[in-house]
Amino acid sequence: MVFAASSLSESFAELGAAFERSHPGVEVQFSFAGSGDLVAQIIDGAPADVFAAADTDDMTTLTDAGGADGPPRIAARNTFSIIVERGNPRNIDSLADLARSDILVVLCADSVPCGRGAAAVLERAGVSVAPKSFEDKVKGVVLKVVSGEADAGIVYTTDVLAAADRADGVEIPAEFNQSNEYPIVATIDARNSGGARQFIDFVSSDEGQQILTTYGFLQP
Amino acid sequence: MNRRPPLAAVVLASIATAFFALPLVGLLWRAPWSQAGHYLTDDTTLTALRLSLWSSAWAAALSTLFGVPLAWLLARVAFRGRTLVRALCTLGMVLPPVVGGVALFFALGRRGLVGQWLDRWFDVQLPFTTAGVVIAQTFVAMPFLVVSVESGLRQLDVRFEDAAVTLGASQWYTFRRVTLPAIRPALTAGVALAWARALGEFGATITFAGNFPGTTQTLPLAVYIARESSPEQSIVLALLLVAISFIVLMSLRDRWLTAGGTPSRPVRQ
Repeated sequence: MVFAASSLSESFAELGAAFERSHPGVEVQFSFAGSGDLVAQIIDGAPADVFAAADTDDMTTLTDAGGADGPPRIAARNTFSIIVERGNPRNIDSLADLARSDILVVLCADSVPCGRGAAAVLERAGVSVAPKSFEDKVKGVVLKVVSGEADAGIVYTTDVLAAADRADGVEIPAEFNQSNEYPIVATIDARNSGGARQFIDFVSSDEGQQILTTYGFLQP
Repeated sequence: MNRRPPLAAVVLASIATAFFALPLVGLLWRAPWSQAGHYLTDDTTLTALRLSLWSSAWAAALSTLFGVPLAWLLARVAFRGRTLVRALCTLGMVLPPVVGGVALFFALGRRGLVGQWLDRWFDVQLPFTTAGVVIAQTFVAMPFLVVSVESGLRQLDVRFEDAAVTLGASQWYTFRRVTLPAIRPALTAGVALAWARALGEFGATITFAGNFPGTTQTLPLAVYIARESSPEQSIVLALLLVAISFIVLMSLRDRWLTAGGTPSRPVRQ
């Protein structure tokens, strides 16, 4: 049972399938949600064997609460991008465009890594945005933009890639951007700690890293 | 008259009560009592509380305004397709709230079936607004009122209404003085249920209206978001929600839940 940040949805699903192929008899189940939501569930006793967060803050919450079995490993890194509707009809080219009054922006809530990261990026760029909604997970922002409800949002670069034909992305310059580290750890109450460790090893292995890279993640 | 209740009934009822009480006790047990005051007067809390009360009151009012005539039609008039209409109107009650929210999205969202015209012709957008919150809440709450009131109307002996009409009362007068008092328990329960359902609405709200403090972040949404960053605050918010609902339900006195009975005054000519 793997609890993983929602930005890991596609890549980890494939990782899980590959893991099951090379470890017959083991079944991997996933629960994808905002990292903050997941860590709250684990602390409350949810039956996770592995936890993969989208930044170190939420992982620290778990380790501070004594819920981690050993030090976390960094599985991957991710950067941020602006996501816009397919075809970019509003002609959004930069972070500054997000502050335009005719643009409807949604961001992640700051209770999740994507929200905290987006806030840091915007601050670095000196842009002040008035979003219409704070979504509880990054896929929520993706959905709002893909469905045309919002004009733009700030998500992970991997999310823009995952939404390939349904949305477009606008790059954020490196001087404003930040990279989030994705820590992964086995939980102390894991029912299958052997399996948990094997899965984490698999994620760090060449094959695992290969899969993550094809989804747009950066090496740890 | 107070008969001795059968043991089996008492045992089962006790288990049911314990089942309902347990989560509440759990909340009370984990609540950060020493910091409760601080969290209760927090901006986030007060804003969410104000918004919740305001939007749920509106949702209850709209549910009553539109729900009572609907219930009356469903109960009193045998029109073609009545079963279908009834099923349609109570769908919101069995549909998972998030599904309801997604459906509202596709109907009333900026690119939605009706929503796109609202946007293009009237520059009206419903998602991300308080109006959107009220709509989401009304969608899930109204069915409760409709079901309750229709049930009450069906149990009412139509002969009282017929008698009133025969004696010269207008339809509206009959409704006001004969029907309404007789269905008072069903109507009261219906409004209370609709209101409580609206207050606790989460799935449809977060999917359709979004989450923004002051505009769309109702108390349930605040509980959910706070849970991730400040579990203590989320417990206090949750208890606040429970307390409000409790107070309203407690004030539903027993006598309101018994019928207004037969009209005691003769109908005027």
